[in-house]
Amino acid sequence: MLAVENKTSLIWETLQKVADPEIPVISVVDMGMITQVELLCPSCVRIQMTPTFVGCPAISYLQDQIERAIKALGFLRVEVNVDFSTAWTSNRITEKGLQLLKGFRLSPPKRHNGEVTMESLQEAECPNCGSHNTSLNTPFGPTLCRALHFCYDCNQAFEQFKPV
Amino acid sequence: MDLLKEFLYKVADDELILGHRNSEWTGLGPMLEEDIAFSSMAQDKIGHANALYNILYIELGEQQPDQIAFGRKEKDFKCCHLVEMPNGEYDFSLIRHFLFDHSELLRYTLLEQSSFAPLAQLAKKIKGELKYHVLHGDTWIKKLGKANEESHARMQSALNEAWPLALGIFEEGPYEVELISQGIFVGEATLKEQWLVSVSTILELANLKIPVNIEASLGGRRGYHTEHLAPLLKEMTEVFSLDPNAEW
Repeated sequence: MLAVENKTSLIWETLQKVADPEIPVISVVDMGMITQVELLCPSCVRIQMTPTFVGCPAISYLQDQIERAIKALGFLRVEVNVDFSTAWTSNRITEKGLQLLKGFRLSPPKRHNGEVTMESLQEAECPNCGSHNTSLNTPFGPTLCRALHFCYDCNQAFEQFKPV
Repeated sequence: MDLLKEFLYKVADDELILGHRNSEWTGLGPMLEEDIAFSSMAQDKIGHANALYNILYIELGEQQPDQIAFGRKEKDFKCCHLVEMPNGEYDFSLIRHFLFDHSELLRYTLLEQSSFAPLAQLAKKIKGELKYHVLHGDTWIKKLGKANEESHARMQSALNEAWPLALGIFEEGPYEVELISQGIFVGEATLKEQWLVSVSTILELANLKIPVNIEASLGGRRGYHTEHLAPLLKEMTEVFSLDPNAEW
């Protein structure tokens, strides 16, 4: 039997393999969605998850995927709760996560001081050529977390992960 | 307890009904980006309603969110008349979205300070999402208010039609005094004051005039609705009503 610390780190490692279905390159951990992992008994775990968008349709799918992944480690009871006590903001995405988004050709959200201004919503770096000579085409894209921009240097439309 | 329920139902019902109306643009928007915009805002708003109904369920012992959304009678809904109105032409839908979403962003900003913690936490999260809705509304109002004579005339006439309905957003419920004294919400009067400043700024930039001496369209908060809510509910609950206990 593993010690408590080892079990907890095993759980975190496993969560690194559970991905957001809409952006499959980034895990729920790098997305900043996991706020707490608690061992309630030797074989029971409680995980707190804060959703990126309140209306995100992937929430129950992710709860299910997390439960399966952790149960596969041998835990008998796995509780995955949606919890708003820690509000998700794009600042919660890890540095590694930002790089993964960029690799996926999604312009990563800029870090902010807690309040995103109306002006800053409209700025994005082109993930193809790195230019800042871009404009917001529409604040709504293929998923709730993406906006559509245009780059005047490489003349291409691109998607941005919204800063919130 | 009753006052919290009353308040949450009112806020959540607005979100659900306007979310449903927004979703009626899916597949019919005047251009692809707008189709996606209204569909995305629908998804957000219905998600917000669901989260609020979940607070009613978990914290206050009401029924499960699906039961609340699809199982109640028309008179149990506490939404304002503005959100019930049919989509009409795109000008009316845009003006309604602009007027309502400004009030919504301000309401959640004020609710961040609510003494009821689950609501304050949720408000903080929702507020960030709503900035995109307001940005979308502001962009179109400013564009179309000034684009040409026809667009200006149409936006002005839509504004005239929507204004009394929008004033109905701020209809006070039976527990207004208690809500304020217990620090749950600062009150509709304060919200309305802030909203007037916020929408006036944009309307001015768009060359649109706020109609004067208009009476608010009241009753929604007490369960008295326009003739448009019942058909909406009938359509929205059609599948659920076939088998209310079905597992999805």
